[in-house]
Amino acid sequence: MKHNLILRFIAKFLFPVIALFAFYVQFHGDFGPGGGFQAGVILSVAFIFYALIFGLKTTEQVIPPQVLRVMASAGILIYAGTGVATMLMGGNFLDYNLLSQNPIAGQHLGILLIEVGVGITVYSVMLIIFFAFAEKGRP
Amino acid sequence: MIDIIIGHYNYWVVIFLMMAGFYTVISQGNLIKKIAGLNIFQTSVFLLYISIGYVNEGTTPIIAEGYTKYANPLPHVLILTAIVVGVSTIALGLALIVRIKEAYGTIEEDEIHDQDMSL
Amino acid sequence: MVDTLIDISLLAFLAVTAIAIIKIRNLFVVIMLFGIFSLHSAGLFVVMDAADVAFTEAAVGAGISSILMLATLALTKDHEEKQPAHHARIPLLVVLITGAALVYGTYDIPSFGDPDSPAQQHVKPYYIEHSVEETGTANVVTAVLASYRGYDTLGEITVIFTAGIGVMLLIGGRLFRRSKNGDER
Repeated sequence: MKHNLILRFIAKFLFPVIALFAFYVQFHGDFGPGGGFQAGVILSVAFIFYALIFGLKTTEQVIPPQVLRVMASAGILIYAGTGVATMLMGGNFLDYNLLSQNPIAGQHLGILLIEVGVGITVYSVMLIIFFAFAEKGRP
Repeated sequence: MIDIIIGHYNYWVVIFLMMAGFYTVISQGNLIKKIAGLNIFQTSVFLLYISIGYVNEGTTPIIAEGYTKYANPLPHVLILTAIVVGVSTIALGLALIVRIKEAYGTIEEDEIHDQDMSL
Repeated sequence: MVDTLIDISLLAFLAVTAIAIIKIRNLFVVIMLFGIFSLHSAGLFVVMDAADVAFTEAAVGAGISSILMLATLALTKDHEEKQPAHHARIPLLVVLITGAALVYGTYDIPSFGDPDSPAQQHVKPYYIEHSVEETGTANVVTAVLASYRGYDTLGEITVIFTAGIGVMLLIGGRLFRRSKNGDER
């Protein structure tokens, strides 16, 4: 499909717009609808769109599957690491009040960290599943 | 009688959708159609839960000035988790269908059963 | 009044799409109808004041699920379903009996939208009154998901991580073999 000029132009134009919208949804989950899951899925849709137009090999040069494998585990580690960090500071598991001097600031920091972890994991897993299905079809 | 219908028609249509998905799962032979029916079943169960949490003249549960009545946020939280678990199940089911096609050569349930019986 | 009209018409669309998915035998059409079903149910979630849920259902149902089913259809090269060899009388009977039992059970459910129903008591007023002063977030759903019930969310991303590992084990054999052979240009 990369020989079609209109599709190529639209893909190059839309990819940063979709990625920016994904980051907006990720970080505004506190004040409006949104959060980690939606942001991860929208960012992976941007990469799938790019892969449909420009081919699988180009997309695998943009983001190699080895990096995806590491990112999927890193997301869960960030989430569980926040919980273990609060336990090491003397409180319960995932008790965000201890992360900062002010309890409200601690809650904000805790929610931000775990939403980032959730977003990274969901994005990597969706892209791993798509790459697995698409690589199987290549002769 | 009429206010029973107005108060409950939502649940009846959702139950009809659940039964349509259930019928697709147990009676259609093609495996991809079974997975589509399973997903219809899941989505209509989500509709049932969100209908329970709805409040007349309420709004989305985001605290803002000037609003006093909010919808119930607890079903929303449950259904968010359930949607993500549902997509995980669908992805694994579809991967299993690809492997079944490699092993048996077909994805119709009757032919797979015949091949198993004739071994 | 307009809300009720939108509700009724979206539910009617959903019912017609579900019947069409049962009847039609061309698998490509079935997958497209399935995407339409997901998008309509996301619209219904918006009408019922569930913004987060509508967001997730539209992105996941009409986006990821449809793409994966199309990929499976391309990999199995199966476009038409075969004619059924026997009529489906027993499944229809089972479905009718289950549906009748469920409809009989809905007479005890409080009316749609009742603000005094038992589902709206006990925990909901606590979360709505104390969410801003205890966690500082205006979005009550994010506060409950990330702070009050954060342990369940940890289990949820473990489930999706496990699904990724499962798919990699089943059909991802060629995904990591290229690094050993070098770049193929």
